[in-house]
Amino acid sequence: MKHKGRYGPYGGFYVPEVLIPALEEIEAAFERFKNDPEFYEELGALYADYAGRPTPLYYARRFSETVGFAVYIKREDLLHGGAHKINNTLGQGLLARYMGKTKLIAETGAGQHGLATAIVGALFGMQTKVFMGCTDVQRQNVNVHKMRLMGAEVIPVEGGTGTLKDAINDALRYWTAHVSDTFYLFGTAGGPHPYPSVVRYFQEPIGRETRRQCLDKIGRLPDLVAACVGGGSNAIGIFSGFLDDPQVQLIGVEGGGKGLDTRQHCATLAKGSVGILHGSRTYLLQDENGQIHETECISAGLDYPGVGPEHSYLKDTGRAKYVAVTDEEVLDVFDLFCKTEGIIPALESSHALAWIYRQKGRLSQDTLAVVNLSGRGDKDIGIVEQHRPLGEGLL
Amino acid sequence: MSTYQNTFSRLNRAALIPFFVIGDPTYAVCLDLVKAALDSGADILELGIPFSDPIADGPTIQKADIRALAAGITPAMALRFVREITEYKPVPIGLLVYYNLVVQYGTERFFKDFKEAGGASVLVADLSIDDADEIVPAVEAVGLQTVFMVTPNTPGPRIKAIVEKTTGFIYTVSLLGTTGERSSLSDSIRPLIARIRKHTDKPICVGFGISSPEHAQQVASAGADGVIIGSRIVKFIEENLDQPQRTQDRIAHFISEVRAALEQTGRIEQKR
Ligand SMILES: Cc1ncc(COP(=O)(O)O)c(C=O)c1O
Repeated sequence: MKHKGRYGPYGGFYVPEVLIPALEEIEAAFERFKNDPEFYEELGALYADYAGRPTPLYYARRFSETVGFAVYIKREDLLHGGAHKINNTLGQGLLARYMGKTKLIAETGAGQHGLATAIVGALFGMQTKVFMGCTDVQRQNVNVHKMRLMGAEVIPVEGGTGTLKDAINDALRYWTAHVSDTFYLFGTAGGPHPYPSVVRYFQEPIGRETRRQCLDKIGRLPDLVAACVGGGSNAIGIFSGFLDDPQVQLIGVEGGGKGLDTRQHCATLAKGSVGILHGSRTYLLQDENGQIHETECISAGLDYPGVGPEHSYLKDTGRAKYVAVTDEEVLDVFDLFCKTEGIIPALESSHALAWIYRQKGRLSQDTLAVVNLSGRGDKDIGIVEQHRPLGEGLL
Repeated sequence: MSTYQNTFSRLNRAALIPFFVIGDPTYAVCLDLVKAALDSGADILELGIPFSDPIADGPTIQKADIRALAAGITPAMALRFVREITEYKPVPIGLLVYYNLVVQYGTERFFKDFKEAGGASVLVADLSIDDADEIVPAVEAVGLQTVFMVTPNTPGPRIKAIVEKTTGFIYTVSLLGTTGERSSLSDSIRPLIARIRKHTDKPICVGFGISSPEHAQQVASAGADGVIIGSRIVKFIEENLDQPQRTQDRIAHFISEVRAALEQTGRIEQKR
């Protein structure tokens, strides 16, 4: 695998020896099946009939009027399960089935990837275990219930801050002991090779569809495309459609938490430095000795001190720009978006919306922006209510 | 002749190699514990630098990492610890470290400082032979040796490549999984050692899950050159956190028992 899975200096597969054969097996299966007509057809049918692809590209009229330029929304929130995560879990789940694996494990932060894995586990009749930090189990308990309903076992992970990083640690440890019959269905475009390219591949329909829809509907490419970045899967999915269109600005929006001058954020690309975590060389939030920081962010799905390696590369090359918005900005725009569009956005996706809102009055009115609405926010209502008793907002 | 070859060939039995997380539970207590282990019969040491995200380790060693980090242990302090130990007794010390700590310290400077502290070998837990070139020049430039792992699922051709890259000893594990105590050792250890032996006469040490003198004997009679005991030792620390003297007594007692068991096995094997 030596030279594969590199994005400039980033990526790689920095894992204990015991995991190497499993990663090689997945890499080989992925290379073989992604071009297999039967696999392709089966996945296409699942995307269309089960998940609900293609998703609409929708002109958010009242939100656009509020910010003063045109904002189109890629409606990944309408997918089955309520987030883009199902694109990846259907793809990897099918891959696991073609490989003859019978058990799935996954990590989850917001519970969206865990839920999407539980869905696929039920669909394919595979035993599913989901590792989830204990903080996240509490703040995303609706998703915990949903996963259990679908027959998945949710394993709360103590240790660290009980968030996504800790869940990945324990999922990797479990996998180490069960590599022979278990497929690790990784949730974001990060981790060791081949996951960054596998996850990207299964999220690419977002970008392909968006580009075509822009041309068909609006007659031109957008000026900018914004997406939130946790590990980076929804962002790389939509960015991938526009990487070869240099006139399209790509904006990745990270969790600025309580502010970038505090330690309570998860803005890995905006504030981090290069290191190695979870199998990948990439930007990280870490101290001067290389111990990984514990992050804090209102959105569980972004609460991670690393990021997919391709984003590190896109940052260095300047092809994409990475910015951060604070929890407060996110809560403001969450409320605004509900009231102007009748759509409850996930707190993760609200980060991208918040950056757009910040451009109010700064971009010309003929600007055309696309936001990847990676998920719906039903799971977040409890958190929002804790911070903002009903009725307080921008409107 | 290298330090390891000296040690392994001098012994006519398997080497006893306890593992500690440096600074667990504190720098000072850990120093006493490691010295006690040496005084009661350890031949070689395997020492780990605490890391925030030790994915190759099970719960026992994770907790040790957390204790050591809470005690403020940094990689620089860990290297000072190594120096204090080698000044106390010149045994070979193998280091277990996660790659990010090496990279942030500065790869060349890290290995130079470890060598100057008296260290013998390095095992980077999350760096495989595929990327060994990232460290090997710096390791060899200062005269350190490399340790790489072979696991029960490592295919034959890869075992060959791993032993070729290894200049210290081959670290092998008896079963799939992270570090941690096991009540029984898997039967796969003898065939695994035999599979590795086909490719090399370099020393083979076995770790993960060895938690009693009987285990150590089984591994030794399966042909291992060294027996690495980690979680069992670390557990003594966890079990007696507010009684450092008791921890020390229990570790010393355990080490001398294992040592006696290994000597007995060694004599039996020699008579054969
Ligand atoms: C709705 C939604 N968007 C985004 C993310 C962040 O993940 P990624 O950066 O991989 O898209 C999550 C993660 O849980 C999510 O649930």
